[in-house]
Amino acid sequence: MPVMRYREALNQALREEMERDQRVFIMGEDIGVFQGAFKVTQGLFQEFGEKRVRDTPISENTIVGVGVGAAMAGLRPIVELMTINFSLLAMDQIVNHAAAIHYMFGGQAKVPLVVRMPQGAGHQLGPTHSHSLEALYLHIPGLLVAAPSTPADAKGLLKAAIRDDNPVIFIEHEWLYGQRGEVPENGGPMRFGEAVVRREGADVTIVGISRMAVTAERAAEQLANEHEVEAEVIDPRTLRPLDLDTILASVRKTNRAVIVEEGWPHGGVGANLAALIQEQAFDHLDAPVARVTGADVPMPYSKPLEQAAFPHEEHVVHAALSLFRDL
Amino acid sequence: MASEAAAQRETAKGKRDGREALHPLPSKGTCEAVLRKMMLIRRFEERAGEMYAKAKIGGFLHLCIGEEATIVGATQALRDTDYLLSTYREHGQALARGTPAGVVMAELFGRVDGCSKGRGGSMHLFDMERRFLGGYGIVGGNLPLATGVALACDYNGTDDAVLCMFGDGATNQGTFGESMNLAALWRLPVVFMVINNQFGMGTALERHSAVTDLSKKAEGYGVPGHRCDGMDVLDVHAATEEVLRIAREDRRPQLLEAITYRFRGHSMADPEEYRTKEEVEEWRRRDPIASFSRRLVEEGVFPQEEIERFDREAVERVDEAVRFADASPFPDLDSLYDDVYVLGDQVRGWWTVDERSPEPHRGERERESGAVPHGLAEAGAAYAAVGDVQARRRREQGRGGPRAAAEDRDTEREGG
Ligand SMILES: Cc1ncc(C[n+]2csc(CCOP(=O)(O)OP(=O)(O)O)c2C)c(N)n1
Ligand SMILES: [Mg+2]
Repeated sequence: MPVMRYREALNQALREEMERDQRVFIMGEDIGVFQGAFKVTQGLFQEFGEKRVRDTPISENTIVGVGVGAAMAGLRPIVELMTINFSLLAMDQIVNHAAAIHYMFGGQAKVPLVVRMPQGAGHQLGPTHSHSLEALYLHIPGLLVAAPSTPADAKGLLKAAIRDDNPVIFIEHEWLYGQRGEVPENGGPMRFGEAVVRREGADVTIVGISRMAVTAERAAEQLANEHEVEAEVIDPRTLRPLDLDTILASVRKTNRAVIVEEGWPHGGVGANLAALIQEQAFDHLDAPVARVTGADVPMPYSKPLEQAAFPHEEHVVHAALSLFRDL
Repeated sequence: MASEAAAQRETAKGKRDGREALHPLPSKGTCEAVLRKMMLIRRFEERAGEMYAKAKIGGFLHLCIGEEATIVGATQALRDTDYLLSTYREHGQALARGTPAGVVMAELFGRVDGCSKGRGGSMHLFDMERRFLGGYGIVGGNLPLATGVALACDYNGTDDAVLCMFGDGATNQGTFGESMNLAALWRLPVVFMVINNQFGMGTALERHSAVTDLSKKAEGYGVPGHRCDGMDVLDVHAATEEVLRIAREDRRPQLLEAITYRFRGHSMADPEEYRTKEEVEEWRRRDPIASFSRRLVEEGVFPQEEIERFDREAVERVDEAVRFADASPFPDLDSLYDDVYVLGDQVRGWWTVDERSPEPHRGERERESGAVPHGLAEAGAAYAAVGDVQARRRREQGRGGPRAAAEDRDTEREGG
């Protein structure tokens, strides 16, 4: 299987879907001539021209709204936003329109729109550029939410997102862009709502979201090598729909769960999952569900502070071990 | 593209009736102060670029080299009691307002003596004492804030005014039109200054704005527009003084467009494939510091040696700033939760859970949270050192050519 970077896998998905369907086009700030802030759209402007690869003014709310309108009228727009923090400027169009239109107009109109954007800390971009906000989008009915952590998933899920008739919030990660992985040749779209077990184990279930799926895997290795704890690592890949069955099956086996996310603790993905797990598998739990999250603060710039403010392997290992404390 | 930029410049001059030559030099003392400020900003920015290459500075670094006359000319027109708000390209604004260079550099280094205590970094400088109310990382985000500050000035019955600076790209945000309308409707003492450096990141003005005479862009909202030559410190100063007067005395907000150019990339890793070397060269010939210096020598205000001494002293101040920043420690890890809330009788603390201790604990007691959470914080912070070595290597290579720069892209972004 060819090995490529996450950003290249996304680029392939965009190119293939644009070749396949003339209605698919992409727009965003600096995605054309500049080739994208993260080079995900590299080469597309040259290949498809300015009709289908459209540089936009800096106007997030309007760009997304234009995407919603174009989607209602039959096109299949992809909007790239430079970071998830900037999608906050477009919250109005995303929540009040994209997510609601199909429902609010009795199913007459659909909004096959994809909003792509990266999230994540670690590049010292400070409190206006570094957050992980998947929980905000998870909150909203009508949206599909994907947060792929490998190049293969990035490609397969982006293809699925583009072909789906619902608005999709597609969350990439700044740190993942440069990561390599195998990507199946001529792979088609993957299905939303299918989690993957990245590593099998019988002692504790670790669910990692977005980049934290990678951190969870590394923590699992450390748990095995240094603590004789075999962790099962699950990457849900999409948060809406969520493959709760795979997570519950694992928890019923291990009787312990740790949820790892980069975002904030209150109202987070972990808070939601912990509620679901205790509702559905209370009798199987030997310990409270543990959450490992980003610190409950705006992301600071200073390097040591920033690194201390989001989860690393050590934090996951500590949380997992704490579930065995009373045995 | 180059000729269009040139034509636009001519319009700016034309509109002000070829007044470049007509601005008489101010007093010798003022000339010296203005020149020294521009030199300090230039030398500071050059050094910041070097410090970025050494990975002393992280994140994005947006330099204002080329825009010094715009920054200094405009801020010279402010009273000490007036307010200034800017964007993420704001080191020059802080320095012009009088924030010590060491304190700005320490912020860029992420140190505790930085003007935002290391929390904000290059894009988020702040100095309440000097009424510099911030650099902001969100394009267009500062216009409503400035309008609100002007509202407070008006509400309190003062005659303070507000100067709000932003880029050509920011004029496309909804906040631009919305702020103009509200400021005009409520007759607020605010001057909106668009620093037209011809690009929003890699997108040229004519590719991002339907109306390229940005001074006209707010007329429909009831905010009259003006243009000045952003490469001529005296022209910027005269224009800003006039619009500030109108905003302050007549309670009519104004828009002022300064035509300028950024000589360097948008941020440090910008390969600048969207413009030609010739275009940059053409603008560099109009270097605002060199041209003002030349005039001062020609008109006999200072001999060349004196000008060179000012510049040497600017370099020394920057040396000193780097020493200060280097000597300042990183913020204490235990300070992570400081300042999330204003604590008092009403809010004594808050419940939180974080990655350092899965058990709930009180955020304001972070300092007393014990050895385990502290150890975990240190484990996280230790990753800072790992990144440092990698970043330094990448950036050193990055100076070595396009291939290294491409590799750089795989771990770092070049966006905004
Ligand atoms: C809301 C928002 N969208 C996008 C960005 C990314 N970004 C940072 S600077 C920039 C270009 C801004 O151009 P301009 O307003 O002309 O200011 P300049 O950088 O030229 O000073 C962009 C798109 C951002 N920081 N905030
Ligand atoms: Mg600009």
